Amino acid sequence: MNLSNEKLIEMYRKMLEIRYFEEKIGELFVLGALAYARGFIHLYVGEEAVAVGVCAGLRKEDYITSTHRGHGHCIAKGVQLNNVMAEILGKQTGCCKGKGGSMHIADVNVGVLGTSGIVGAGIPLATGVGLSIKLKGSEQVCVSFFGDAASNTGAFHEAINLAAVWKLPVVFICENNLYGITVSAAESTSVKDIADRSKGYGIPGVIVDGMDVIAVYEAASEAIKRAREGLGPTLIECKTYRYRGHSVMEQWAQAYRKPEEVEEWKRKDCILKLRTKFIQTNILEEEKICDIEKEVKSRVEEASNFALQSPYPENEEAIKDIYAEVEMSF
Amino acid sequence: MKEILYRDAINEALREEMQRDKSIIVMGEDIKWSIWATKGLVDEFGEDRVRNTPISELGFVGAAVGAAMTGTRPVVEIMFDDLLPICSEQIVNQAARMRYMFGGQTKVPLVIRVPGGAGVSGAGHHSESLEAWFMHIPGLKVVIPSTPYDVKGLLKTAIRDDNPVIFKEHKRLYSTKGEIPEDDYSIPFGQADIKKEGKDVTIIATSYMVLEALSVAETLSKEGISVEVIDPRTLVPLDKKTIIDSVKKTGKVVIVHEACKRCGIGAEIAAIIAEEAFDYLDAPIKRVARLDVPIPFSRPLENCLLPNKEDIIKAVKELLAIR
Repeated sequence: MNLSNEKLIEMYRKMLEIRYFEEKIGELFVLGALAYARGFIHLYVGEEAVAVGVCAGLRKEDYITSTHRGHGHCIAKGVQLNNVMAEILGKQTGCCKGKGGSMHIADVNVGVLGTSGIVGAGIPLATGVGLSIKLKGSEQVCVSFFGDAASNTGAFHEAINLAAVWKLPVVFICENNLYGITVSAAESTSVKDIADRSKGYGIPGVIVDGMDVIAVYEAASEAIKRAREGLGPTLIECKTYRYRGHSVMEQWAQAYRKPEEVEEWKRKDCILKLRTKFIQTNILEEEKICDIEKEVKSRVEEASNFALQSPYPENEEAIKDIYAEVEMSF
Repeated sequence: MKEILYRDAINEALREEMQRDKSIIVMGEDIKWSIWATKGLVDEFGEDRVRNTPISELGFVGAAVGAAMTGTRPVVEIMFDDLLPICSEQIVNQAARMRYMFGGQTKVPLVIRVPGGAGVSGAGHHSESLEAWFMHIPGLKVVIPSTPYDVKGLLKTAIRDDNPVIFKEHKRLYSTKGEIPEDDYSIPFGQADIKKEGKDVTIIATSYMVLEALSVAETLSKEGISVEVIDPRTLVPLDKKTIIDSVKKTGKVVIVHEACKRCGIGAEIAAIIAEEAFDYLDAPIKRVARLDVPIPFSRPLENCLLPNKEDIIKAVKELLAIR
C-alpha cells in the first residue's frame, strides 16, 4: 500500500500527540487532593497505533463510535486537543461543555459519536450509523472501536450479525489488549483470536499487529474500502497492550500481570517502532524527529493550560440539553 | 369523522408520516407481514424503509439509536413491554441521555412503540406494563394513548418529535373502535384529555383502564354520582394543570392503572397532587392498580390481579363515604 512519507510523519505526530496527551492527563490526575482530573479515566498509552492507523484511513465525514478508553480515538479522528482536554477536566470549553467527561466525549463535526461508559454499547450504535449511511446512499463508513472484553457482550454479537445481514458500511475494530479490567482474555474469552468470531457472522476477520501503525493502516484501509464499496462489514482484531492500569485509579496493576509482561510489550512500542524506521530508512533525521517531539509536547502543554485556565460551566448548564427544543428551569 | 380501529389508526399515522418524510423508517420483529399496526407498509414503502429485524432487541434498538443520531427517524416496534428490559441499556443509557452527555450536539428522534399490557393470557413474559420505569428516566418522553383518536394524533407528534419517545399501546385496545377526523391532525404532548366531565370524584386513568373508568362513570351516573375521568395521555410531559384543576373541583381522586401499584405512575401522580393541591383534597388519594405480583397464566388468576370496574367503583364509593 502506498503511504507517503508525509502521511507517515503525520501518523507519527498523531501517535505522539496521544501519548503525550495521556501522560499529561495522568499527571493532572495524580496531583492528589489538588487533582485537576477527576472521575473515571482510562488511558490509551500503548495502543496509539490502533486509533491512528485506523483513522488515517478515514475521511472527515466518516464516523466513529468509541469506548471508555477513547481519548486516543477522538484525537486521531480530529477533535481539537484543547477541547478534549477541557472536557476531561469538566470545563465549559470542553467539546460537551463539561457534561460528558472522559467517558462521553463527542464531536459530531468530525464524526466522533462518543466515547462510552458502557462496555459494548457503541457497537450497535455503529451498526445503526451504517444503516443511516446506507439509506442516504452516501459513501461514508462508520468504525466501531471496542475492546476484547466487549466482544463477550451480547451487544457485540447482535450488532455484528445485524450489520452483516444488512451489509452495512461498518468496520468493527477490536482492540485486544488482553485484559478486561483485571480479568485476562484467557479467563474470559472462549477464543484465542477474537477475529475468529467473524466466522459466526460470515464476514471477513483479520488479525493485525496492533503495535504497528502501518499494519493497522493497511488492514483498516482494506476494510474501509470494502465498506465504501457496499461489500459489508469486517472485523479486525488488533493485538495490542495498555501500558498503564485499567484506569488512572488502578492500584492493583501488578497483581494480575507481571512487570516482565509489560516490559515485553513496551519493547514493541508503536512510536519507537516508527521512529526507528524513520531513521533507518532515512525518512527523517533524528534531529527532525526531536523537533517534532518538542513541538507536540508544547502543543499538549498548551492544551493543558487552555483546559486548566478555562472556567467551569455555570450551574445553569446542568439543566440544559436534556430534550431537543425544550428548555427547563430550576 | 370516520370510525376506525385503534390498530388501524396507528397504521394510518405511520403511513401518513412515512409519506410526508422519507427519513422515517419502521423496524422491528415480524413487522413486514404483520396484519396489525404495520400492515401493508412494506408494499407502499419497500423493504429499505420497512425492516424486519432479527429477534435481537438490544442490537436493533441500539442500531435504531445510532441511525437516529445520524439523520434517520426510526419507529421501532417492540412486541411486548417484557422485552424492554432486554434493550433498556440502549434506551436508558444511550438514547435518553446522549444529547445531554454530549452537550446538546446530538438529537435522537426515535419512537419505540410497545403494544403491551395484560388481559390476554400472555403470562409472565408477555403481559407487562412498564411505563413507570421509563417515566423515571430524564431524556425520554412517555406516551400512553387510550383511543383511536389519541393514538393517531399522538403517534404523529411522537414521530415528529426530536427526542426518544416510549409509545405505549395496549393489546386489548387494538380492536377497539373510535372516531377520528378525515383530515390530518396531531395532538400536542402534555395535554391531558378530560374524557368525561364530572363534579363528585376524579378518576385519573391510563391506557385500557380509561375504558374501565368510563364504564364506571356511566354506571355510577345512574346512582347520581358524577365522575370526572381524566386521561393524562402523555406521562412525560405530564399535564399537571388539568389534573390539579380537577382535584380542586372534586376534592376526591382515584388513580387507576394496570401496572403494579408499587412505584407505579399512580405513586408519582399522587405525590404531585399531595405536593401541589393538598389543601383541596377532601379525602386521601386512592390508587387502584395491579397487585405487586407477576402476571400468572391461568385466566381466573390473571383476572383477580388486574384492576377492574368493581375495584374502581369500590374505591370511588369509599371516598364518597368520607365526609
